[in-house]
Amino acid sequence: MLIINMIANILFAVIALVVSEGESAEGGLLSVNGGLAFWTTVTFILLVLLLTKFAWKPILSALKQREDAIKDSLEQAEKAKEEAKRILAENQNNLAKAEEESKKIIEQSRQFADNLKEQMLKESKEQAQKLIADATEEIERKKNAAFDELKNQIADISIKAAEKILKENLDAEKNKKLVDKYISDISKN
Amino acid sequence: MIDSTTAIISVDSIKTAQSNSSSDWILHHVMDGNYLDFSPMGKLYLPHLQLFGLDISITKHVVFMWLGAILLFFVMTRIAKAYKTSIVPKGFTNFWEVFILFVRDEIARPTIGKGFEKFLPYLLTVFFFILFGNFLGLVPFSATFTSNISVTATMAIFTFLVFMFGGIRNNGLFGYFKGLIPHGVPIFLLPIMAVVEFLGLFTKPFALAIRLFANMTAGHIVIYALISLIFVMQSIGWAGLAVPLALFIYTLEILVALIQAYIFTMLSSLFIGMAVHQEH
Repeated sequence: MLIINMIANILFAVIALVVSEGESAEGGLLSVNGGLAFWTTVTFILLVLLLTKFAWKPILSALKQREDAIKDSLEQAEKAKEEAKRILAENQNNLAKAEEESKKIIEQSRQFADNLKEQMLKESKEQAQKLIADATEEIERKKNAAFDELKNQIADISIKAAEKILKENLDAEKNKKLVDKYISDISKN
Repeated sequence: MIDSTTAIISVDSIKTAQSNSSSDWILHHVMDGNYLDFSPMGKLYLPHLQLFGLDISITKHVVFMWLGAILLFFVMTRIAKAYKTSIVPKGFTNFWEVFILFVRDEIARPTIGKGFEKFLPYLLTVFFFILFGNFLGLVPFSATFTSNISVTATMAIFTFLVFMFGGIRNNGLFGYFKGLIPHGVPIFLLPIMAVVEFLGLFTKPFALAIRLFANMTAGHIVIYALISLIFVMQSIGWAGLAVPLALFIYTLEILVALIQAYIFTMLSSLFIGMAVHQEH
């Protein structure tokens, strides 16, 4: 407490000093000195003019230029990003299209191949059938021919056999006798 | 009761101490003089000058004002040169750019609004001039020219002139003074408002001048008063309390140096904004 009092008292004393000093002839803290005001005016005006010309204008324009450059590059980056996105989308689109195309081509060729296979199969089957049919016909024909020949031969053989038997039993004389006998039999009746 | 009596005793003791020339050093350090004080190495006396009967002697504060101005000019032209080679700031330039951008984006742009670029050179000069002055005052053996009422008053008058001319240029002579009185004031209040607003024009720079002067002076006086505690109590033991406290005030002064430069510029900018765009 004593210390705080002491400090406060000294501060009061200083304030009193400042105020009383203002009243003295020499000029206190609160008295305005014309010479200093004059020099302040001169210095400050010169400073404003010189700094405006040599410092503030170049600095501020450089800052503005930099801000514009940053803004421009950001905008450009944004634009480039958009462009890249667009190109990517386009590429993806193209890729999808190409894939579809290739799928279609594969599908078409597969179908073509299938068709071809089926056709070839069908043709070959047909041909085989035809061959079989031809062969069957030929066989039939040959069989018939063979039968015919066999029939003829059998007929020939049987005729010859009959001829032989007949020749043996019925030669002319016997036949005559036989005929005569029959005639006599008939006449007798 | 005890407090007031001790206060009276203290005043008396300092007043009597003042009469013997060894102890009025507080005011000698704070006030202007026609010498540079390098005590205990001695004093360097400065020349007296006269111009049309006006005493324009080169004083301590004039010297430090010039020092600050030259330093400021040197620093800022160097920065301007640095921007010429590359608009990407480095180290030194980067440090000062923070302040320049602060004045532009945090002070001038929001308070003045449209057309703030015209006042920017003035505000930047005010800010850095005061900033350099305040920090120059913290250097040992130097003096704070911003703690002199003559300097602060002159600066305040400049602000006054800038916002008056800015307002008149933007709104016209008649329009500016008419615009001082806010809209929708009842008729019977008009004379009072006119007087109040007209006086308000002058209290603005007055407050600016007193604020900067008082803030810059007070800190120094407190430091000196704390140091003088050792001599008033006539015991070296008080240094244990006085020196750390003085050091604390000194660091506080660094803060105050920044804040006062900001406040002076901010208020100047605000007054300019109010004068230029009266509709707000």
